Amino acid sequence: MSTPNAPQSMYRAREGLGVWEHRGQVAAVGIGHGPTSRRWDGKADTSVGAISLLALRKAIEDAGVNPADIDGLVMDERTTTGAFWPRDQELPWDVINAYNRTDAPLDGITQLSAEWILKNMPELAGVQFTMYAPVCMSNAIVVAAQAIGEGRAHTCLVLKAWHNLPGRYYQSGPNADDAIPGTAAMRSLWGAPACYGTAIQFAEYCRKYGKNHDMMAPFISNSRRNGLKFPEGYWAQHRPEEITPEDYKAARWIAKPANLFDNDIPIMCSAAYLFTTAERAQHLKRKPVYILGHASSRGQARSFVPTLDEVEAECASSGRKLLEAAGITVDDVSFENLYDGFPQFHQFHMEGLRYRGIQPGEALDFYQTDISIGGPNPVSPSGGNIGSGRSRFWMHTDCIQQIQRRAGERQVTGVEPVIGVSGGPMPTGGNFTCWSATGDY
Amino acid sequence: MKQGVIPDDLTRPFWEAANEERLVIQNCRDCDRLQHPPAPVCGKCGSDAALEWKQMSGRGRIYHYGVVHDCPIRLLQDDQPFNCAVINLDEDPGIQMYSHLPGTPVDEVPVGAAVELVFETAANGQKVPEWRVVGDS
Ligand SMILES: [Zn+2]
Repeated sequence: MSTPNAPQSMYRAREGLGVWEHRGQVAAVGIGHGPTSRRWDGKADTSVGAISLLALRKAIEDAGVNPADIDGLVMDERTTTGAFWPRDQELPWDVINAYNRTDAPLDGITQLSAEWILKNMPELAGVQFTMYAPVCMSNAIVVAAQAIGEGRAHTCLVLKAWHNLPGRYYQSGPNADDAIPGTAAMRSLWGAPACYGTAIQFAEYCRKYGKNHDMMAPFISNSRRNGLKFPEGYWAQHRPEEITPEDYKAARWIAKPANLFDNDIPIMCSAAYLFTTAERAQHLKRKPVYILGHASSRGQARSFVPTLDEVEAECASSGRKLLEAAGITVDDVSFENLYDGFPQFHQFHMEGLRYRGIQPGEALDFYQTDISIGGPNPVSPSGGNIGSGRSRFWMHTDCIQQIQRRAGERQVTGVEPVIGVSGGPMPTGGNFTCWSATGDY
Repeated sequence: MKQGVIPDDLTRPFWEAANEERLVIQNCRDCDRLQHPPAPVCGKCGSDAALEWKQMSGRGRIYHYGVVHDCPIRLLQDDQPFNCAVINLDEDPGIQMYSHLPGTPVDEVPVGAAVELVFETAANGQKVPEWRVVGDS
């Protein structure tokens, strides 16, 4: 079976499309996570393929579905956090041969195809629909929901996995060369790290609205605190370290005004969800969490760095699109889990949605109020990437778990968890989902 | 020091002009619209035939800046920390270029200030457009 990329028509990227045509007809019914690690240790049972098989099987078990009843798989074939297999390094044949391999030897190690998954999960004999949704879980969720709504599949696994290899992030390859091609040079000659664009937007935001970097501290602390209550996450599993406001303010700069804690940590991880129709979901063991709507942003910056004006316009549009698709107003939203990697753009997503009525320029003041899981205005109860490492999926898992009331120590207590929103990654390019306790909210 | 540049088909006119200490930016004749970074076709109308290289005045303003302390580029690591600014061209403020702002002390960047074009020599002798502050806004 060859697996195509999802066509752009499956994403709802324009305003004015109205309520999602499959509103409330698709539900999440199972969650599974593989174990996290900082980098791959080279063993067969910790490869990105191995942890993905674990995540998928846990999601199936969590839902209580017979694997033979599953007919769809939506995932992203790319798993790199920025790490690639070095060209001069021998292939890890012992690991490759520990699994049913595909034609690509590094499948299951530095990439992950649907073919590899199906070859190594013979219990998924009923899968007839496979599709790739690059880049994030946010894409895969949208595509799987759309696929079920359109009847392409009725019970569909949704998977996103990341690998990380030994060595420092992005320090090898062209970045270590004495000369680089002219196209790359337009941008790379100036040495801006990955967080630079967001840092520039944040700097302009602070200038425009009279805010400052220290005002981010409560958000960062809150995010890590929530993440330490996420047993599936990296920091909870390996390094249970809080970030105090003092830690945050004293951290070394990467690209000022972005410091170490304004960057997330690349890790190995994998998560899977099981989606099915609202009809089938009624008969399963978990409380279904319904998808009311989804929306996508495909903003195009005019030049290198999206300006604050471009970012604010696009985030406001994404917020309107998501509420329109879900057929709700922002007052219906119980909690938000919009993306935070980089944390310095979380406020753009939040303000774009107008979460709790906040307007552009007000989010950092909002951070100085009670944004905890115990208060009336929870901000990022998942803790996001700051709380649990770079996965771009904690926010989605948390929305499902909160609404099912099985978020454990992270469970929000100051609001009724009825409607949650999650999505990202970038303010000018992302995919957003509205989750609900009922299909006919 | 900046890495050397190996001009490729898309960007050769830009780098050749830089070696003559001129700044040229892609322009679509049909749309009367500049675009940067360069692309094979106009980002608005999709035409490749209407694309030309247009010389700029070499005037701009600082949009904003960051101070890079942890840079992924090996050749620049000795220069850390350094300013890295986004410049808006006077011809069209939507067009941005990066700059290390030679002559401006680290983290003492006048946001909004006018800048003028200068040229720096990269590792392999290629000249590279840079920007120098000419006065407060
Ligand atoms: Zn044109």
